[in-house]
Amino acid sequence: MRMDQKPQPPSHGLAACPNPECAEPVDPRDRYCGACGYDLSATVEPPGGQDRPTMPIAAPVWPEAPPRDPGSLSTLTQHPGELPGTDSGGRDLPTVPVRTDGPVAAPEPSAASAPVAAPAPSAPPTPAPTPEAGPEPVPPSGETVRGGGDFELAAPDPRVAVRVDPATAAPAAAPGADPGEPAEGTCVACRAGRVDGDGYCENCGHAQPRERDHMERELGTVAAVSDRGLRHHRNEDSFALTETSLPDGRPATVAIVCDGVSSAHRPDEASAAAARAAGAVIGEALPRGTHPQQAMHEAIVAAAEAVTALARTGGDGADAPPGGNSPACTIVGSVVTDGLLVVGWVGDSRAYWVPDDRTAPAARLTEDDSWAAQMVKAGLMNEAQAYADERAHAITGWLGADAYELEPHTAAFKPDRPGVVVVCTDGLWNYAEAAEAMAGALPADAALRPLHAARVLVGHALDGGGHDNITVALTPFTPPPAGAGSS
Amino acid sequence: MANFAKPSVPQFSVDVYQNEYLPVGGRDVDAVVTVTATGGGTSGATGVTAGGPAGVVIMVDCSGSMDYPPTKMEGARAATAAAIDTLRDGTSFAVVAGNHVATPLYPGDGRLAVAGARTRAEAKEALGRLHADGGTAIGTWLRLADALLGGEDLVIRHAVLLTDGRNEHESPESLRAALDACAGRFTCDARGVGTDWEVKEVTGIASALLGSADIVADPAGLAADFTAMMENVMGKGVADVALRLWTPVGAEVVFVKQVAPAVADLTGRRADTGPRAGDYPTGSWGDESRDYHVRVRVPANAVGQEMLAARVSLIVPDPAGGDARPVSQGLIRAVWTHDVAMTTAINPQVAHYTGQAELADAIQAGLDARKSGDQDGATAKLGRAVQLAAASGNADTAKLLSKVVDVVDAAAGTVRLKAKVAEADEMTLETRSTKTVRVKR
Repeated sequence: MRMDQKPQPPSHGLAACPNPECAEPVDPRDRYCGACGYDLSATVEPPGGQDRPTMPIAAPVWPEAPPRDPGSLSTLTQHPGELPGTDSGGRDLPTVPVRTDGPVAAPEPSAASAPVAAPAPSAPPTPAPTPEAGPEPVPPSGETVRGGGDFELAAPDPRVAVRVDPATAAPAAAPGADPGEPAEGTCVACRAGRVDGDGYCENCGHAQPRERDHMERELGTVAAVSDRGLRHHRNEDSFALTETSLPDGRPATVAIVCDGVSSAHRPDEASAAAARAAGAVIGEALPRGTHPQQAMHEAIVAAAEAVTALARTGGDGADAPPGGNSPACTIVGSVVTDGLLVVGWVGDSRAYWVPDDRTAPAARLTEDDSWAAQMVKAGLMNEAQAYADERAHAITGWLGADAYELEPHTAAFKPDRPGVVVVCTDGLWNYAEAAEAMAGALPADAALRPLHAARVLVGHALDGGGHDNITVALTPFTPPPAGAGSS
Repeated sequence: MANFAKPSVPQFSVDVYQNEYLPVGGRDVDAVVTVTATGGGTSGATGVTAGGPAGVVIMVDCSGSMDYPPTKMEGARAATAAAIDTLRDGTSFAVVAGNHVATPLYPGDGRLAVAGARTRAEAKEALGRLHADGGTAIGTWLRLADALLGGEDLVIRHAVLLTDGRNEHESPESLRAALDACAGRFTCDARGVGTDWEVKEVTGIASALLGSADIVADPAGLAADFTAMMENVMGKGVADVALRLWTPVGAEVVFVKQVAPAVADLTGRRADTGPRAGDYPTGSWGDESRDYHVRVRVPANAVGQEMLAARVSLIVPDPAGGDARPVSQGLIRAVWTHDVAMTTAINPQVAHYTGQAELADAIQAGLDARKSGDQDGATAKLGRAVQLAAASGNADTAKLLSKVVDVVDAAAGTVRLKAKVAEADEMTLETRSTKTVRVKR
């Protein structure tokens, strides 16, 4: 839904007062009609591109959720307590179908809730899992790997993007949009000055792109792209990718994405520390035989500890925002292994499931720790009302020393067909909120070319306005062949 | 032998305090730059100064008015003797007697003497020959001090000027020309004794020559003040330090002010040094810390952009005689954001020194209004000054203000002008109005 909306100027775009008894001409910037006082802003939908910084609010005590309303738009997800018997051997999981987030209730008999063991419908673009590349554990890191692939579509170039006025930024993501690559050490802003050791132009003073402004990484079958976006001065997102294996040698692919909380102190360090810690813990736990869902839980706890530790180390304090508080970030991660898909999260970063067969429904797999999600969950507002509120994006859960109570959410799924797991920060899902929208933005060959698809998704967010940092990781999923799991 | 002491030039550090976040369209970037010099200190008892050989010229007013009352001349003699006693062995020094002309009193051969037991005794003996006579032409004293100090190979060149009257026997233009000629060649502390001198003249000399100005209302207090001044000079480790400000294309330096320990506007003292950079003189440094308030106006940028608004570095002369080099630097940044909470916050240091500068201005304006008979204007300005002094914890200035006005409510700035104010109190307030306090941490 929201993906169709281009960013709008901060105006209601009305020529005259909508009050039928008034119809006074109004200026696009007016908030109220000058004649009758009609609230003009009430007539417009909140613009899709509006900046909604991730901010924590005090975690309230929420009323107990009522029984789920089958008509609700809210996504249904599992919580650890709802999953019986997640043993550390990774076997004998109950049948857990992927839930859809359509208005149709999940129990509706459909392909999505088919038994896991059922043979997958023939899926033409079967992703080629590369087990030979899998078993070797790769240490997770945030190192940048510039994609050297043979893709026709260039990634949106942040060095172009930063020069462009956000209002006209859309063409910046066009292919090959960097005709005049400046020489090494020359300012990207004025192209005249030399860049000094601090990363600023000695002529015009503009900050130069930093390593974290645009990061890409591809590892086996998984790929991730992170971008500063168009409106923030630095990238406070981070990610970690890990390929490891279960004790029996079957490969496991881990993707972790973190979003630093802008209103906190050193959000960039928080997200980097969390992603690094979570990736490392899960990469060590899986080969030991820990159940992926348990490993995900431990990884989130470890990430929380890493961010909490940052608060004690102080830092230089120079860039502490006014009333600065402890470093904080969100986290979302996915583990794909042996027919099992595990997601875990804290905060409002999300995971989506997009089947390769786009006629099957896509699904959101996570439930935000956000004000809006809590209001919907508590039945106090419907989704439209909740997300229209200015508090909608305030998060109620995060990693950090000042988090009220760490409540890692994890959920396990056994999709019955091939697809792609999208884990991302709100910098992306603000422009593709609904699962169908995310599926629509994801290229059809995402499972085969995950890095390319991740670039396309980042480009989608930049086209929408790039109001926040954008980070997305894509992991293809292939269900085990029929009967393979019972041997 | 003292001159063989190894010079230890102080190490400088630069800290920048600012709120770098600007709203959409925001252009003015404010920052407080704290410069701290350490390690150049008062280590060697015989090392002249820590930085190398130093020369000091003491200029004593001996115009006719110095005899009224006669204690003034006595006080000046005692103060100069105390200053001579404070000189470290090996320091080059001279005493100049000043009236409408300048006379080298000691050693008297157009050169500087080297401090030692014998020369100290001789100099103090020479002070007995000081007698009050003639007029006042301070420009001539400064030019002689410059000639004496310029004739020697010195690292620290400093002068002390003591006057009791107005500069009546030369034009303001001649004094201005003398100050321009001497600026950057030596530093000078200026002291007014009694209450017959002009505050703006004395503070103008000190500010042009990067020294301190003060009043010594009672001549008996001179000796202690001179001793403290000399100890300060002996602690200097390096001279001719400049604050270099680089700004990007399209940016404009709105002002550069020293704000601690006292307010001194350096904006007009800029000397351009290459493209987009300029140096602001700060004089000589010992172990000390000073704060500067810098405001730079940069071109507005789009939200999400970050730029360097200014680079602040310190330029210290090479003791070996090479080119002056930048030693330490700090960055003043500008980041444009939508976040109102971030853009509206004022950095506590910037807020504090903005208040301290306003305090100095309010005192000056209030005293000027009082002199011109504008009672209402004086009450309003001095009331504001009382309020600012109380709010910022500037107790010394608050105390001086309370001698000029009756404070009804310090927090609200309600005051009444005192019917009778001692001239010395008013002059003390005016002279010390630029003294600031630092932020309570």
